[in-house]
Amino acid sequence: MSKLILSLLSGFVFGLGLLVSGMGNPAKVLGFLDLAGAWDPSLALVMGGAIGVAMPAFWLARRRATALLGEPMQLPAARRIDRRLLLGSLAFGAGWGIAGFCPGPALVSLLAGQPKAWLFVGAMLAGMAVFEVLERRKAPAPA
Amino acid sequence: MSIDWQHFTPWTALAGGMLIGLAAALLILFNGRIAGISGILGGLLRPRRGDLGWRIAFLAGLVATPLLYRLWQALPAVRIDAGTPALIVAGLLVGVGVRYGAGCTSGHGVCGLSRLSPRSLAATCAFMAAGFLTVYLLRHV
Repeated sequence: MSKLILSLLSGFVFGLGLLVSGMGNPAKVLGFLDLAGAWDPSLALVMGGAIGVAMPAFWLARRRATALLGEPMQLPAARRIDRRLLLGSLAFGAGWGIAGFCPGPALVSLLAGQPKAWLFVGAMLAGMAVFEVLERRKAPAPA
Repeated sequence: MSIDWQHFTPWTALAGGMLIGLAAALLILFNGRIAGISGILGGLLRPRRGDLGWRIAFLAGLVATPLLYRLWQALPAVRIDAGTPALIVAGLLVGVGVRYGAGCTSGHGVCGLSRLSPRSLAATCAFMAAGFLTVYLLRHV
């Protein structure tokens, strides 16, 4: 139960950070991605602030086998930089540049009275479903 | 390049960023999980026993944020210029891309860079470059 409450709290603090930082606003995100126009560097400071706080936590996490609530510490094991990683990230970046939405801000906009966010999130879920279908066709998931 | 001083909000950007970092720190230290939005959401499409509750709880907190924020003050102004076809194309690209790329701005950009992961650095450079290029092509060509 405490695990679920902690997850809920983390999601809420994350969303609060998106709203406070202005990253829930696609126009502001695109202002960062528009290097050739009037450039708004805010997003770089959002990432800098986030990394500054998270880095010591991950440093500690790497030294523990279990998390504070008893679950195993699940740090990503993948290390390979392959075509799949790079092409996927390039596609994501292109979509990000078209609308100014990445997954977090899009989800946080759903209940902020933004009908366009529903459209984007619907398409994003469809894209994720396409990935699942293609992956399962390649290698059937164990039952 | 010219800096848009009118829209640049260094202090709220930094403060909001620190909250995002705090959220990631809480999730990894207490639950042992990475606060990557695309990974948390994508995991729901591949349901495994005992792995759903925390994902749903995290996403519920994230999605509910504007409702609680609104009790405290007015929601910040939002402008979405993209029209319907652009939003659909963008959503599909983001959905497929973050799953093949195994992460987005949060999983790679915040958590991965905080872990000093070369893989996440490569992914972050790739999506940033694609984002810069796309906006350049759409606005200046």
